[in-house]
Amino acid sequence: MDMHELIDPFARLIEDVCTPAAIRAIEAGGDAAPMWQAFTDSGFLDALVAEEAGGAGLSLADAAPLIALLGYHAVPLPVGDSMIARALLAAAGMDVPDGPIAIATGHGPVPFAGVAGHILAGSSEAPVLTVAGGEPTGVHHDIDAYVSGVDGRALRPIAAILRALLMSGATERVMEMTVAYANERTQFGKPIGKQQAVQQQLSVLAEQAVAARIAAAIGARSGLSPRPADAAIAKHGASLAAAQVAAIAHAVHGAIGISEEYDLQLLTRRLHGWRLADGSESYWAGVLGDLRLADSTQSTADFIRAA
Amino acid sequence: MFDTLSLSALPPEDEALRPALRALIAEAIADLPVHRRARSWQGFDAAFSRKLGQAGYLGLSLPKEYGGVGRGPFTRFVVVEELLSAGAPVAGHWIADRQSGPLIRHYGTEEQRQFYLPRISRGEALFCIGMSEPGSGSDLASVRSRADRQADGGWLLNGQKIWTTNAMHSDYMIALVRTSGTGADRQSGLSQLIVDLKLPGITIRPIIDLTGDAHFAEVFFDNVRLAPDALIGEEGQGWKQVTAELAFERSGPERIYSSVVLIDAWVRHLDAVGRKDSATLRLVGSLTAQLAVLREMSLAVTARLVAGESPVVEASLMKDLGTGFEQAVPQLIGDDLASHPDEAVDAELYRTLLYVTHIAPSFSLRGGTREILRGIIARGLGLR
Ligand SMILES: Cc1cc2nc3c(=O)[nH]c(=O)nc-3n(C[C@H](O)[C@H](O)[C@H](O)COP(=O)(O)OP(=O)(O)OC[C@H]3O[C@@H](n4cnc5c(N)ncnc54)[C@H](O)[C@@H]3O)c2cc1C
Repeated sequence: MDMHELIDPFARLIEDVCTPAAIRAIEAGGDAAPMWQAFTDSGFLDALVAEEAGGAGLSLADAAPLIALLGYHAVPLPVGDSMIARALLAAAGMDVPDGPIAIATGHGPVPFAGVAGHILAGSSEAPVLTVAGGEPTGVHHDIDAYVSGVDGRALRPIAAILRALLMSGATERVMEMTVAYANERTQFGKPIGKQQAVQQQLSVLAEQAVAARIAAAIGARSGLSPRPADAAIAKHGASLAAAQVAAIAHAVHGAIGISEEYDLQLLTRRLHGWRLADGSESYWAGVLGDLRLADSTQSTADFIRAA
Repeated sequence: MFDTLSLSALPPEDEALRPALRALIAEAIADLPVHRRARSWQGFDAAFSRKLGQAGYLGLSLPKEYGGVGRGPFTRFVVVEELLSAGAPVAGHWIADRQSGPLIRHYGTEEQRQFYLPRISRGEALFCIGMSEPGSGSDLASVRSRADRQADGGWLLNGQKIWTTNAMHSDYMIALVRTSGTGADRQSGLSQLIVDLKLPGITIRPIIDLTGDAHFAEVFFDNVRLAPDALIGEEGQGWKQVTAELAFERSGPERIYSSVVLIDAWVRHLDAVGRKDSATLRLVGSLTAQLAVLREMSLAVTARLVAGESPVVEASLMKDLGTGFEQAVPQLIGDDLASHPDEAVDAELYRTLLYVTHIAPSFSLRGGTREILRGIIARGLGLR
């Protein structure tokens, strides 16, 4: 299938229903049901569900651009989480609920748990679904929430790759916004983007955004039952990039970037949350280091080629 | 933005080259201590280069009718990866294989191709790059070395080049010189000439670097007479040709593997002393994860070369990120080892660490400095 046939309608759907105003409304506790209904009606929620089970049967690599788009637009609902959850539930022969499903893999805040109907934990082979009832984090306009009493550690690799894909979309958007802003904003009689110091910062931002995308793609290539090494490379790279991209973007934007009415913060707040969710860069570095040292006679080049 | 860079896979026929190549490399480096392996692309061994040529691992992207192997950048990626990750001495053929060969193929006359390319592929014609001059580093368009056309159609060359890697071991230099106009004309009036380094009037003086090696040199031209066919490409088109050439120079796996021999030596040390605490695992994992991403980025840029593009901006982006990583490695490994003062570090690992530490500043200088590359990326972002 031509990927554009898949991506373009999804992009249009998101642009229609997920305007910055709609995001702000949901973050402020508004009704998320209409936006969720639009995603349900689109059929994309079952993109990863096997064809025998009534889905589109896409691989995670095929669906990766769709998930990145969710990050790109800071969609305030667990659409990517639900795509993965629905595929795992269907594969396990379990009933799939209609509402949004968040994936919980640790004891920290769970992304989107504040706007989810259900929480997925357990493992790929034996998923466990519970009705959501998260504790708010108390962070301003946070849609993430604490979830207790579930164990989803086994889902951490796939959740990490999902988070990396979301981050790669968001960093891409942050890069575009920041470059556009640098070309518009004038100080000292010329656009700030003409200043070499600003250009050098934006070049680093671009390098990191590309690195995040490549890292996430390494994870997506590994599929719905990912190898821990691929998950580690993906989440480590995307998390590392997320922090730097957010910092540079805010630096270049100056004060307007941290104001609530300006859209940059919709993306950078997500970037920070996703970086901390499902294991940060150091967590995954530890996982990968353990795997690497398990065969220290192998060269690093051979190890990464096999990863 | 930059969405042309995406994951790509090496063709199976290129992957299949690894075992035989690996055996050949293993034999060549068997007696090299680790700190010599860490020199890899500074390591000059003409016999090894000829051996690679005989075995069909040079001239990989050159057409068969010119003695090449007739494959492409992906094949070269595999070969380069094997050579550098093992720490093989590649300096002999490096520049001819990577830059001069493709340049002559693209811009050379039929006679030039017939003359140079088969010998490059056999590892018998060694090249160096004469771009930099004392007054022209980052500002390459300001070169002042000058070649004047003579009555017989030949050239009279005067001037000086500097930082020329391997000039003293090379047969030829491809020099960027002014052939018309003055320095004020900037990019126009520059041409590339193939200079036979055995000609009268050429003096080569090695420059010793801070590690004690002499891998680059100063080259002086004093009324050097060149034949008419020394010109490569078109007169006055040197700038355009050089820019395309730099995309080859900047994109390869050589921009991520300069410190990998040190990483592997350190990993073997960790295994030997049995250190597996969480800080150690994290550092090992972090370097490994970054290298994995960089390798895919380098492969993605290679795929653009395979597609026949000249990915100047993408190559700059990859090189800046890659050399930043290469430079972080000795700093982090140095900190790691020295933060365990009660752990014995053998002298060979220490020598390797200090060699890489001292030479590391060159990683982000050679082939264009960090600041210049970021300027190119900024242009690619539409900021200039
Ligand atoms: C190991 C090694 C091997 C080399 N091999 C070769 C070779 O084989 N052939 C060859 O021709 N050359 C070679 N070079 C030279 C190399 O290409 C130059 O070092 C490089 O282009 C920088 O020039 P420079 O050293 O004169 O520094 P300069 O141009 O003097 O720059 C010094 C500093 O100023 C910064 N700077 C300069 N201009 C600007 C600007 N406009 N904006 C922002 N910052 C700026 C630079 O980034 C740098 O940090 C080699 C260099 C090294 C280190």
